[in-house]
Amino acid sequence: MPFDVTELVIAIVKALVVFVALLSIVPVLIWMERKVIADIQIRIGPNRAGPFGLLQPLADAIKLIFKENIITQGADKVVYFFAPAVSMVPAIITFAVVPFGDTAHILGRKVLLQVADVNIGILYILALSSLGVYGIVLAGWSSNNKYSLLGGVRSSAQMISYELPLGLALVGPVLLSGSLSLREMINAQGRAGVWFIVPQFLAFAVYLISGFAETNRAPFDLPEAEQELTAGYHTEYSSFRFALFYMAEYVNMVTVGAVATTIFLGGWRGPFGNIVILQPVWFLVKLFAILYFFIWVRGTLPRLRYDKLMKLGWKVLLPLALLNLMVTATVKALAPQSAIPIMSVLSLVLVAIGVIALTIISARSTRTPASGLREPSAEGAFYTWES
Amino acid sequence: MLSAYFPILVLIVLATGFALGALTLSHVLGPKRPNPAKSEPYECGMRPIGSARQRIPVRFYLIAMLFILFDIEIVFLYPWAIVFDHLGLFGLVEMIVFIAILVVGYVYVWRKGALEWE
Repeated sequence: MPFDVTELVIAIVKALVVFVALLSIVPVLIWMERKVIADIQIRIGPNRAGPFGLLQPLADAIKLIFKENIITQGADKVVYFFAPAVSMVPAIITFAVVPFGDTAHILGRKVLLQVADVNIGILYILALSSLGVYGIVLAGWSSNNKYSLLGGVRSSAQMISYELPLGLALVGPVLLSGSLSLREMINAQGRAGVWFIVPQFLAFAVYLISGFAETNRAPFDLPEAEQELTAGYHTEYSSFRFALFYMAEYVNMVTVGAVATTIFLGGWRGPFGNIVILQPVWFLVKLFAILYFFIWVRGTLPRLRYDKLMKLGWKVLLPLALLNLMVTATVKALAPQSAIPIMSVLSLVLVAIGVIALTIISARSTRTPASGLREPSAEGAFYTWES
Repeated sequence: MLSAYFPILVLIVLATGFALGALTLSHVLGPKRPNPAKSEPYECGMRPIGSARQRIPVRFYLIAMLFILFDIEIVFLYPWAIVFDHLGLFGLVEMIVFIAILVVGYVYVWRKGALEWE
């Protein structure tokens, strides 16, 4: 294979830029989350370090580096040491296939604004996002702490359960665009003249809900539910090892948001879309809109109970994603030319079906609580040990 | 074609370097003053009772097996979605049969109560 030195340099520079950008989005996002949550709860939030408290996440990171690394008694030292890295690395490299702009002409060369334009983009994302579970499970198991183990086991079951609706939801947009490459999907949305959120709204909703669960975000943050598990899988982690888990969670959030932006919201497309400089700006605007939604949901919804969480994933989201896929495929087979306009109308019907299904399932679960989790009644189990 | 993956390799090296570097740095910079109470597994201040490496309810294994089954079926859907334009109605009918088999398994699992959590 002939190897071009300039290509090599371009590849390294692009990887470096994306790497640095990702790591600098994280503190901004942490700051934004704390500020928005503070606003929702009518507090002020961080405001001491730097203007508007902007430097607070940085101060926290520096503080954490200088803290002691506590190794639990009886911990599996090797696994315990490497688990944060196992959690962090897939989170960063998933972003490689997400395009943040079209082609730029730099020094007479065409440069794709994307780390790597691989033709299996979506499969790459699915493969790497399921690797993230290893970091959490290994951390939970190696800590030699019961809370950590429970958190790790919970999160493995949760993450693989929501992997299914997430994977199924993305087949719909793939059908409409006919490609797995994220760049090609953005082009398809350009040709259609409409973002895929319109014809695939149900898929978008299913993807986003599964995304909350995949990133262990509220209302699905059971792996680290404070009231039940202290801090879940990272209970025994201190210092920068804890910071790595914390950062991995936010990088994962950025990746889920970026994939949603690319597949459903037209990626870098926007008004004046042919000005290359503006494309990353549009991408960031959409990305931060989705991230704001993530934070908003965290500030609004209480945590789900574990049985309800599994029920939502397996009994609501999975069938809905399958339904959306079958309807899309049928429309595409019967009317290949006008599939997107027809789906745009049908997606409203699909969303209505989704809301009805959700209502029925949650109504059934409130009428017949599972026997083991019934609330202790005044004369029931609560007092029996006394009499 | 493989050269398209080269930038990913660069990113993997960067990410791994960052993660390991940060771990090592905090290991070097942080103080090391262990004592028996500090390195005890946290159990709300109590002396830990028994080992933490306990057996996990079989239900979790069941979920894992179901995940493998369904995930493989989903992976089969991707190549089908790519070539759907060329297959036309034949592809649709073929896939409806495939998904019908999947749904039979899904309904069986549901009816058997494998998706119930007590």
